[in-house]
Amino acid sequence: MMRADLELIYDWVPEGAHVLDLACGDGVLLEALAQHKGVTGYGLEIDHDGITGCVARGVNVIEHNLDDGLGSFCDNSYDQVIMTQALQALRRPDKMLDEMLRVAEEGIITFPNFAYWRHRIHLGLRGYMPVSKSLPHAWYDTPNIHLSTFNDFEHLCREKGMVIVDRAVGVGDHRGHWTSRLWPNLFGEIAIFRVRRR
Amino acid sequence: MPDSDTLAFEDRPTNSVGLVTPNVAKFDTPLPLACGKVLPEYELIYETYGTLNAERSNAILICHALSGHHHAAGYHSQEDRKPGWWDAHIGPGKAIDTNRFFVVSLNNLGGCHGSTGPVSHNPDTGRQWGPDFPMVTVSDWVASQARLADQLGIERWAAAVGGSLGGMQVLEWTMTYPDRVSNAVVIAATPRLSAQNIAFNEVARQAIRSDPDFFDGWYAEHDTVPKRGLKLARMVGHITYLSEDAMGSKFGRDLRSNDLNFGFGVEFQVESYLRYQGDTFSTAFDANTYLLMTKALDYFDPASTQGGDLANALAPAQCPFLIVSFTTDWRFPPPRSRELVDALTRAGKPVSYANIDSPHGHDAFLLPEPRYEAVFGAFMNRAARELNLAHPDAEETP
Repeated sequence: MMRADLELIYDWVPEGAHVLDLACGDGVLLEALAQHKGVTGYGLEIDHDGITGCVARGVNVIEHNLDDGLGSFCDNSYDQVIMTQALQALRRPDKMLDEMLRVAEEGIITFPNFAYWRHRIHLGLRGYMPVSKSLPHAWYDTPNIHLSTFNDFEHLCREKGMVIVDRAVGVGDHRGHWTSRLWPNLFGEIAIFRVRRR
Repeated sequence: MPDSDTLAFEDRPTNSVGLVTPNVAKFDTPLPLACGKVLPEYELIYETYGTLNAERSNAILICHALSGHHHAAGYHSQEDRKPGWWDAHIGPGKAIDTNRFFVVSLNNLGGCHGSTGPVSHNPDTGRQWGPDFPMVTVSDWVASQARLADQLGIERWAAAVGGSLGGMQVLEWTMTYPDRVSNAVVIAATPRLSAQNIAFNEVARQAIRSDPDFFDGWYAEHDTVPKRGLKLARMVGHITYLSEDAMGSKFGRDLRSNDLNFGFGVEFQVESYLRYQGDTFSTAFDANTYLLMTKALDYFDPASTQGGDLANALAPAQCPFLIVSFTTDWRFPPPRSRELVDALTRAGKPVSYANIDSPHGHDAFLLPEPRYEAVFGAFMNRAARELNLAHPDAEETP
């Protein structure tokens, strides 16, 4: 059973694609893609257990800090670059987006939507930094240093001249309810985007 | 080899391969060498651990580093004070699990531990080979290892595994005999030596060659050994095997006695340690072998035949790779491993890479470390699973 956002991404990756999975965790997505869709490629990860997990599964994983950029990967060397739940932890998410669309024509990005209604209640009504399933850390020890919303991300894509091919929402363990499809910035817990360079 | 906290035979843990006896394989088909010379006949000394299965599909080749040899695991006698040089990683339940794998570890040609080398008898002259022993390269070693595999009836290694100079041999295997290696583990290695690496090797060689007891390599005929040169060579080498931190935490500026004595005797603990390492080595290792091995290191550069393009050089490789480096290794630092990883990804080869936190510098590849063992073991287990090698603890493999 894959995380809800991973299931959705699984459908977005074409058969036989060559992909780079940034922050690939223990490699479940790449393993499923390799087994059922003939997808090849590499995962990048810094978490030690994640790396060992990938190696145990037979998923190619390279220990790599995403804040170091993707300099070791050539232009257009992949079909897709995937980055799940890592954008918000990067020092410069905007630069990473440029890098992703340098290495591949298409990128898939997921991140926690800070404007999710529960987060708004935490901050807006109760006056505390949000803590939720998608943002499980306290303000002082969170790795998430660049939180954003559906609207913020779309704004950045427009500024960069990137095309949003697909947009989806993840709520908890299920794909978005109709309310979240209609008003993703309010009801979407996890933002999922597929972007291309123009 | 490092002076790690290794255990004497009587204190050995249950996951030791126990007592082992080396074997010698004889070859009388001449071996053409990269230098243009031909070795008419030769012997390779090797050890094995574990049991070769009926399909001969579970064999692992261990390739040794600069001063290594065939004795990688277990003990030669009950009186042994320490086990083989890679005992931390070879044995029942260890990363290279001898319950499921059959391990072959040899001493390379040109070595001084039992394989044909400078201390062997030269059939053409009737005297010791000495400095006449031809220069051997990594590719020559791999060719000789392939013949050993033939003799053992091993068509394809389940994995070729090696650290440092051993890792270079593994790389060579994947490029020269891609259909004979199912998996490759390259640890603390580099696709080519840097100018600094070669410089250190040259200092070591000069130390040996300028020793008055060297006699142009004919020291045996003068009943002597260039001990001072070898000692210096080892001292220089040893500095590059340890990290600054490891040296600092082990010795700091500790003195052997309480006071400075304003002389050139041994005062600092680190001096005492280096001299001890050098002294031990100078009586245990052959100077001509040391010279040969350092040249083999210097010459290794597979990309050179491809206009410097390592990815092109690696194009023939077919197997999954595990590349491992150590954070404080400044002999072959992590960027050298990463260079290799990047070439492999550019060539589209299956590769995984882990950069292990360790304070032990280059020597870390020889030592136990939980994360190193976990990732190494995970790679070997997956290899075993894909080769359908039964796990000894399980009734059936999932």
